[in-house]
Amino acid sequence: MINIGALNEGIVLDHIQAGKSFNIYYHLSLDKLDCQVAIIKNAKSKKMGKKDIIKIEGDVLDIIDLKVLGYIDHNITINIIKDSKIVKKLSLKLPQEIKNIIHCKNPRCITSIEQELPHIFYLSDPEKEIYRCLYCEEKHS
Amino acid sequence: MRHLLNPLDFSVEETDALIKLAMNIADNPQKYSKCCVNKKLAVLFYEPSTRTRLSFETAMLNLGGSVIGFSSADSSSASKGESVADTIRVVSCYADIAAMRHPKEGAPLVASRFSSIPVINAGDGGHQHPTQTLTDLLTINTLKGRLSNMTVGICGDLKFGRTVHSLINALSRYTNIKFILISPPELKIPDYIRDGVLKARNIEFIESTNLDSVISKLDILYMTRVQRERFFNEEDYIRLKDTYILDSSKMKLAGDDMYILHPLPRVNEISIEIDTDHRAAYFKQVKLGMYIRMALIMTLLEVKIDD
Repeated sequence: MINIGALNEGIVLDHIQAGKSFNIYYHLSLDKLDCQVAIIKNAKSKKMGKKDIIKIEGDVLDIIDLKVLGYIDHNITINIIKDSKIVKKLSLKLPQEIKNIIHCKNPRCITSIEQELPHIFYLSDPEKEIYRCLYCEEKHS
Repeated sequence: MRHLLNPLDFSVEETDALIKLAMNIADNPQKYSKCCVNKKLAVLFYEPSTRTRLSFETAMLNLGGSVIGFSSADSSSASKGESVADTIRVVSCYADIAAMRHPKEGAPLVASRFSSIPVINAGDGGHQHPTQTLTDLLTINTLKGRLSNMTVGICGDLKFGRTVHSLINALSRYTNIKFILISPPELKIPDYIRDGVLKARNIEFIESTNLDSVISKLDILYMTRVQRERFFNEEDYIRLKDTYILDSSKMKLAGDDMYILHPLPRVNEISIEIDTDHRAAYFKQVKLGMYIRMALIMTLLEVKIDD
């Protein structure tokens, strides 16, 4: 087991599906942060077998897009750390609407010719986790 | 300010009110002939559609209003690369209401987000065509005296046929409607209608490839054309275009009060020998389409006249 230093203040994204941490790192633009960010891949987990963890130093919750995170994996838990202790745990939901995270692939959609339009998807079936393009209603696959 | 982008934008009560107004207009068109004087309709047609465009234009002229617009993308600023958002902002400065047809799905929704006047979706790609749906509802109601308790057959291109998607969406809100969906396997209804509408609302439906075997069960038969412009591959179009041809031998299997609707234009899916059959309602449907568009324009412009 590799030891990563405990956080004094910051957030821990826990229960990330193994292998998805880099995806989250880039979608949340963590590469643009100045603070320390630790990515732990394939950590042992009783619940998941193995999981990824991301630790971010500092008061950064406001700049984390929870919609993006919820869309990528709503089973992730967010632990908020202060004075080296977990002071709050947040769980995620599938967002009702997401903007410019995924793109519509339907060649008949207006977004295929008007490049400046935001790609907006809405949650049409929460059970099956299906998102549809706001404009053409095509299912994202 | 309201727009009409999707047949479900209006509640059942609002739709019924619109149908009632259209029937009143049909009974006494003269009474409504001046209610949109000094109002302008912009027809923004980015792809050719003589029928729908003429219907909108005639509807506005019959209300005493006037019409501006274009009938193809080539004759608009779209050919110079102008966005839908900019076009509607400009048109909003000139007109009181706009009807938009666009080959790309969702274009009227984009327009509505930037518009300061009501926008009517006059057909967007293979997606929605709500005024055709209102026409269909008015026609069914006029012929049958009801919009509930019936079996509706829809035949032809159910995959790309936007009129089909809109009609299923709208009729599903009435009680005890059953659908028989007749198409070749390649042109079956898309899953967002099958799962998102029919299954989600527990609507009874059957999918079939054989018109002859189901025609006797129908109260309404809605025929559609296989549209060449929706195919990327010409071979697929040629293979599928003549799958269903409604002729007098098939009509012998149908009930005496099974009316035939078609959004038109037809190619050869309804034989011309059927045109004189009392059950052929597709030309009546055209006229009713003009009345429902008159009612829609009045409703969106919030124009009222004294009874």
